[in-house]
Parts: sequence; structure tokens; C-alpha cells
Amino acid sequence: MTPATAPPIPELTSILCLLFILLVPFAVAGLALISTGLGRSRSAAHMMLSCLLVFGVGAIVFFAFGFAWQGYAGRPGHAVSIGGKPWDLIAAEPFFWRGLKLDGSPAALAALLGMMSAGLAAVIPLGSGGGRWRLRSAGASTAILAGITYPLFAHWAWGGGWLSQLGATYGFGMGFIDAGGALPIHAVGGVTALAITWLLAPRNGKYTNDRQPLALPGHNAIYVLLGCFFAWVGWIGLDCAGAILYQGAEASRSVLIAANATLGAAGAMLAAACITSLRYGKPDASVAGNSFVGGLVATSAGCAVMPPFAALVVGLVAGTLVTFSIEWFELHFTIDDPGGSIPSHLLCGLWGCVAVAIFGQAPGAGNMAGQWVAQLAGIATLLGFTFPLSYGLNWLLDRYYPMRVRPDGERQGMDLFELGTGAYPDFMRHNDD
Amino acid sequence: MKLSGFFWLVMGWAIVLTAIALLHAAAQAGFVIAGIGLQAAGLVVVFRAHFLPPGDKT
Repeated sequence: MTPATAPPIPELTSILCLLFILLVPFAVAGLALISTGLGRSRSAAHMMLSCLLVFGVGAIVFFAFGFAWQGYAGRPGHAVSIGGKPWDLIAAEPFFWRGLKLDGSPAALAALLGMMSAGLAAVIPLGSGGGRWRLRSAGASTAILAGITYPLFAHWAWGGGWLSQLGATYGFGMGFIDAGGALPIHAVGGVTALAITWLLAPRNGKYTNDRQPLALPGHNAIYVLLGCFFAWVGWIGLDCAGAILYQGAEASRSVLIAANATLGAAGAMLAAACITSLRYGKPDASVAGNSFVGGLVATSAGCAVMPPFAALVVGLVAGTLVTFSIEWFELHFTIDDPGGSIPSHLLCGLWGCVAVAIFGQAPGAGNMAGQWVAQLAGIATLLGFTFPLSYGLNWLLDRYYPMRVRPDGERQGMDLFELGTGAYPDFMRHNDD
Repeated sequence: MKLSGFFWLVMGWAIVLTAIALLHAAAQAGFVIAGIGLQAAGLVVVFRAHFLPPGDKT
């Protein structure tokens, strides 16, 4: 629910919101650690640097253009009238945040959160392209994400755009609800990850001649699991800040939001650990880590409108979804996604969006039956607009500025080939690594 | 095949938008579901178009 005009925020809530926003880089650090740990040791430094670089590019591009198109509820926008009702399509802010007073106003806080969110969304595809995606083309692809695909969807969902207004203009529940960015951040990052995975093709040696996948295990489970802890903290900040700014939630709701994020992540990881234990005899650390993130993603959409028990159920479903889809994608769809970004961000983002319609219980919600239409409209927009646009633009980029590293670079390792030095110079290299 | 899959995705979205903007309440839900269904079919086509061909290891 994004009101047509910005909700007033008390000064104390603004300060609290700023503190929540400052936690978001922990989510970026968490995803960076997870992607690095799930990749190979010969590309570890490259992955970490890529994460830092795309976060930087995302933040700069969002500062330059992104916020001009994302905007904030109650600020200028371009709208068309269809059937006598307004459809707000794109914001009309000046570039480079000109005219935006950087005080504690909701618009200033939304700009700061948007900058962090664009960087976070940009880190998601890196996990899928690990071990073969050139640093420079990752930066160029990030410019597309942070400058075009993310801000457009974020405006529609958060910036007073048509999706958020479906409740006010057509009576569909509270309009599209997604406080923590399950669709605008994670699923947008997830569809970009899917496009990148297809454009890059699988890593050398991932598939046999008869399309059977071979295991290329991650090199450091500690990074993966430590990344989960960082992500947890960052997600709580992201969910709380998003709920305050985009849904007008009062600061006291942060307790519910933090509890929901924790329960969702815990439920998802528990589900993954149980399923992998039952199937393989032992819990799988990488699947459990990806499921933990999947639980955080799935609960982020309805974090402010779901009761804690529902968040636990959402997390359990998310963990199950991630556990099975990792295998399906690799085995049946020949998708080589070393970081597991597509199941944990795209699928769980979609599930979280649907879960709002199933479990949402916002005060003064009105017609929750119509909420289904609003949430499905959000999903249809992601699949029918953002995905083709992201694929098309990245395809064009790949045509003129190839994304995949040369075969000798992949064999040598991204660290040595692109950075000139390895992440672990004192470690002995194994033949199979 | 890729193009037709993406075309179905866009068309499904167009059906959802049209249903919301132009149809009356009783017909909306059905058309929204139809639009999502068309997108699901489009996704299947796009995924199939990206299957790794046998013999191609990369």
C-alpha cells in the first residue's frame, strides 16, 4: 500500500528509519559472501570485487538517473488516464537528486534506501554468473538494472505508481503490497540473473555431452553460512525501512517485522536441512544457506502485514521450494547458477508476493479478496515487462560487449586472468579446482 | 522460439492490464488468471528454447 501522498513520518521514526537503512549494506555483504563461498577458489577475489564494484555502479547510476524515474509518493510523476482513472507510469524527478532536500524527510530517506536497494539488486545476478562473467560487462549490466529496470518497477510498486494505487483507483485490496522488496529488488534481480545465466551459458565442465550436470562444489561453506548471518541483519533493516517508508507502517511495527524475517529465514533453513537430511543422510550447507536467504526474501513482501505464524509457514514453503528447484534447474533446465540466485531470489520473491494475498492481515485493509488481483498484477508486470526488457537489454549488451570471459581465462581462474592475483596466494592449488 | 515465448509473456501482461483497466469487476479475475496462464505457457517456451543442446558442454 503506497498512499497517493507521502505519509507524514515523526522525527523519531525518521531517525529509526535512517538506522534501519544503514543496516542494508549488511545484506549486500551477506550476498557477496554467499556468492563467493559458493564459487570456486580461483575466482573468489574476483567475485568479492565484482560485488563491491556493482554495488558502487548501482549506487552511482541510481543517484544519476534511477531516483529520477523511481520517485516517491506525492512527488511529481507522469500519468496517463485510462477509463477516466489515472495510471502513474514514471516519476518526474530531476537527475542527480537536484532539488531533493537531504534532510530527514521521507523522500530523502526513500532516495537513500533506493540507492542501497539498487546496489543490492545488482549483486543478485553476480551469484548466477560466477566464474565466467567479466568484471566490466557486469558493471555495464548493472547500469541497465540500476538505471532502467529496477527504478521503473520500484516506481510502480513504491513510488506512487499504478501498481501501488490499484487499491485506491480500482478497489483491489490495498493495492500492490511489498514492503521489503520481494519483487522490486529480489525478483527483479532474479530475472536479471536468469537472463545472465542464459546469455553466459554454463561453466566449462559443468555438463557432460549428454547434458548430465557435474558437481562443481563451492569452495568455502563458512563464507556461505557467515553470509547468512550478515544477510539476516541487513534484511531486518531493509524490511523495517521499507515498511515505514512505503507502507506508512508505524515504528512499533518493527518488532513484528524483525520477528517475521527471523521466523521466515529459520523456517526455510529448517525445511532445507530436514529435506536434504532425509534425501542424502546429511544436511547440505549450501542448500540450507540458499534457503535461509530464500526465507528472508519470501517474508519481505508481507513482513508488515503477516502474523508470525504465517511467516513461519511462508519460510517453510520457501525452503522446500529452494531445495527442490536448485536440483530441477540444474538437472532438467540445464541452468548453471552457482550462487543459487534464481531459486532464492526469483522463485521466493514470487512466492512471497503471492503469500501476501494468502496471509495478509493489515489493519483497515478493506477488500482482501481484491488483494489477489493486485499481487498477480505485480507478478504479471515482472514477467511481462521487466523480464523481457532485462533480457533484451542484456542481450544487446552481450552482442556488442561480450559478457563471458575467454576460455583460457575461465580455465586459469577469474582472479589471475582479470585481477592478476589470486585470493589465496599461499594456498596449494588442486588439479580439480 | 525464444521470441515467441517472450511475446507470450508480454501478451499475458497486456491481458492483465486490459482486464484491470477496461473490464467490469465480474470479468476481471478470470481475465487476470488467463493472462497469468498465458505467461506461464510463455515461460515454458522460453525455458525450452534455452535448453542446452546435446553435445554442447558450455
